[in-house]
Amino acid sequence: MLSKKVRLEAHGEDSSYFLGWKEYEKNAYDEVQNPSGIIQMGLAENQLSFHLLEAWLASNQDAARLTKNGESVFRELALFQDYHSLPDFKNVLVDFMAEIRRNKVSFDPRKLVLMAGATSANETLMFCIADPGDAFLLPTPYYPGFDRDLKWRTGVELVPIHCSSLNGFKVTKFSLEEAYQQAQKLSLNVKGVLITNPSNPLGTTMSHDELEELITFAIAKKIHIISDEIYSGTVFDHPSFISIMEALLDRKLEETELWNRVHVVYSLSKDLGVPGFRVGMIYSNNEALVSAATKMSSFGLISSQTQYLLSKLLSDKKFTRNYMKENRKRLKARREMLVTALREAGIECLKSNAGLFCWVDMRNLLSSNTFDAEVELWKKILREAGLNVSPGASCHCSEPGWFRICFANMSEETLNVSMQRMKAFVEKTTQQCRRGGGRVTHQESGCNSRRRPLSNWVLNLCSYDREPYR
Amino acid sequence: MGFCSLSNLAMADRHGEDDSPYFAGWKAYDLNPYDLLCNPSGIIQMGLAENQVGTDLLEEWLEKHSDIPTWKGTLTSFKQTALYQDYHGLANFRKALANFMAEVRGRRVKIDPDMIVLTAGATAGNEILTFCIADPGEALLVPTPYYPGFDRDLRWRTGVEIIPVKCYSYNDFEITFPALEKAYQEGLNKKQSIKAILITNPSNPLGLTISPQTLTMILDFATEKSIHVISDEVYAGTVFSSHPFTSVLEIVQSSNKYDPETVHVVYSLSKDLGLPGFRIGAIYSSNPKIVTASRRMSSFSLISSQTQVLLKCLLSDSVFIAEYLATVKERLKRRNEEFKRGLKEMGIDSLQGNAGLFSWVNLRSLLVFDNLDGEMKLWRVILEEIGLNVSPGCSFHCEEPGWFRVCYGNMSEDEMNVALGRIKSFMSGGGAQEEVLLSTSKTDISVAQEEVLSTDISVTAATAAAACTALGLDASDLQPEPLAH
Repeated sequence: MLSKKVRLEAHGEDSSYFLGWKEYEKNAYDEVQNPSGIIQMGLAENQLSFHLLEAWLASNQDAARLTKNGESVFRELALFQDYHSLPDFKNVLVDFMAEIRRNKVSFDPRKLVLMAGATSANETLMFCIADPGDAFLLPTPYYPGFDRDLKWRTGVELVPIHCSSLNGFKVTKFSLEEAYQQAQKLSLNVKGVLITNPSNPLGTTMSHDELEELITFAIAKKIHIISDEIYSGTVFDHPSFISIMEALLDRKLEETELWNRVHVVYSLSKDLGVPGFRVGMIYSNNEALVSAATKMSSFGLISSQTQYLLSKLLSDKKFTRNYMKENRKRLKARREMLVTALREAGIECLKSNAGLFCWVDMRNLLSSNTFDAEVELWKKILREAGLNVSPGASCHCSEPGWFRICFANMSEETLNVSMQRMKAFVEKTTQQCRRGGGRVTHQESGCNSRRRPLSNWVLNLCSYDREPYR
Repeated sequence: MGFCSLSNLAMADRHGEDDSPYFAGWKAYDLNPYDLLCNPSGIIQMGLAENQVGTDLLEEWLEKHSDIPTWKGTLTSFKQTALYQDYHGLANFRKALANFMAEVRGRRVKIDPDMIVLTAGATAGNEILTFCIADPGEALLVPTPYYPGFDRDLRWRTGVEIIPVKCYSYNDFEITFPALEKAYQEGLNKKQSIKAILITNPSNPLGLTISPQTLTMILDFATEKSIHVISDEVYAGTVFSSHPFTSVLEIVQSSNKYDPETVHVVYSLSKDLGLPGFRIGAIYSSNPKIVTASRRMSSFSLISSQTQVLLKCLLSDSVFIAEYLATVKERLKRRNEEFKRGLKEMGIDSLQGNAGLFSWVNLRSLLVFDNLDGEMKLWRVILEEIGLNVSPGCSFHCEEPGWFRVCYGNMSEDEMNVALGRIKSFMSGGGAQEEVLLSTSKTDISVAQEEVLSTDISVTAATAAAACTALGLDASDLQPEPLAH
């Protein structure tokens, strides 16, 4: 017999989300080979600026060759497994992080702990802060991977902070309090709040007011704040990104207890588009946490080969400045393309200023204001429009009808094709609705805000073994 | 509610890193490392099980294939590599790894690449398997002496307990059936549910392979008790004896007696290829549920795709790999023989090893007190008077005092000979040597003295503190390196 963790399969990977992946892999779109295949719009990858990285590599062969001024450093790197990581790498990372924050904040490399991806960093923070059965509050909608990363092996519970489309899904004092009360009702000991800023899936940065409310709340409840800032380098429009660290400094909280209860998670997977290299990190002013997390990083160290390559890349400040500028420009342009095309099809998006995706409002296409209808719509988009998008339910959104659509993991041509398909799909669906086909009557629509369980046949496809969430 | 502290995991010391005197030696070495030219009287690091005997061959290979790391000579482009984060791992890397694993086992074992789960090092592999097999409070049987890192890897975040299967020098620390039974009973008495036995084969710190007969006995035992067998085979490629290495998989695959779904292997390229920095580990299991679950858990410990691409090319060069493995074995054999012979000439015995990067040396006759305290004092003498950082047996949970693990694979042959020379000088010092040994016994090591002089030789934090005090170090200063196998 195996452990409960295996038997109960609490890793969260068995959501209906997988159907989309499975369909895509069976029938992947290719401009030339398979122009009628499924276009992957459920993957938050940044493929827009590889040409810059490739050009840099071509002119800086040392970095990948594991040489320094022509001399091999292979031996030192091959043997380097120190969990304090390559000092050079940490030094350039803190500079890079500061630059992303317009140098409003500076970081100390001794407070940085590196590990294999933000996935590892988030889980490690849970292990360090919460005991099994403790809870963290998370604003919804949130990245589906958190159900695995934060809960599975740690035994920590997640309690949603329900955010509503009525105010653009912003976190409010009321929603924070409500979530806290809910945790108390469930007899859960709340250890902290985890925010993703910029938000996945919303693509928005947290406002000054939101951060203020959050800080006030964390002070009052004496809890931790984890700020997952992995999309901080993808902010391409106003308002500017305010890091939690900046907000603390603005309120002059350096000497307070809260200063030791705020932790930032970062990664190079989104900003630099290198998720395969597994570069994640925790930044914290809490010495005890840094010490424990450093030891835990033994379970997920970054390959020294990769640390070396990226330390060279990031030490080229001219390159990084140009890269960030170009990256933001391209992301902004792509976002515009998607928003405009959807608008032409009669679909609005949440106004966003960051991220690799848009949070799209398709409530008017639902046959009823239910999550069943959302699944139905999602399947139709997949089967009829040939687009794999992410339904809001997989992000724990409280309201049905919202979808995350990614725009940075494909070429411009492919994005155009996807938008043409979407337009055609929306036209067809709207016509059908007008003709009264498939529309559920008011009596049948049932409960509109309570989440309905997903249908059996979708759940039966859960055995698909594929890593979906990014 | 008061100040919101960290978790129990973070605040307790189950990672074991502050409990072991292992780290005091590291600190001393860091402050005064040996260098042939710059610091010939510095401390020689013999506590680090690294394989540097074949690094020159890898350097040459890399130079000859310098296009590969720049993606010029590879099928996978930079972009494809950078984007690849699938926890299945690059298929052609897994195939190359499977082929290499089979090669190291003399092709007497069939390794299916689809049953390989890639993990960032065996450290992650061991923890993941433990998470999959045992719940918090349950236990694993682990034969002593064992790698100190297991106290962290198997127990810390998993909440799983280790029950030692005690082995002794009378039979060269071989695992016996009575020892297994005794440990199992101990678990029952403590009402602990035992889920698996974890063996290290070849053994760290013994430097010895487990015989096919003993492996069969362990499999029989595990079958009878309905528990899993985990075989940590990270040193498989360092076996230099004429008898080939027998993996537990070989016995399972050639027999109908055992359920293959209960036998799992943990592997890594850190020892065999000397690449601990690249974090390349794997779990091999025929149990589909374990493969699925551990693959999902590997999300927390993926191998960098950049490294997968490089290693795929290296491991696929079968001519090079065959030459590398043969050369490393030959060099390790020579080192082992020279070291053993050198020690023998001074009247020091060591276990007749046939694998690994170290010798398991018997210094019991040099102990002033035949107990843990005596072992710690001797260890301090070796560090301070002889200038060698070696690993005391207590850090491996050895039942008998006086055994030390001495590594020789992480240095040049010359350095190893310098070390031998120092031991020789000390041993032939006659009266001076005895004086040193006796004088250290008089050192005041604080109130913990009473505790450590007892027959229970489990290492305590007090002992670690004592070691630090004896060396004039502040225990809170310790910045321990990660535990290298």
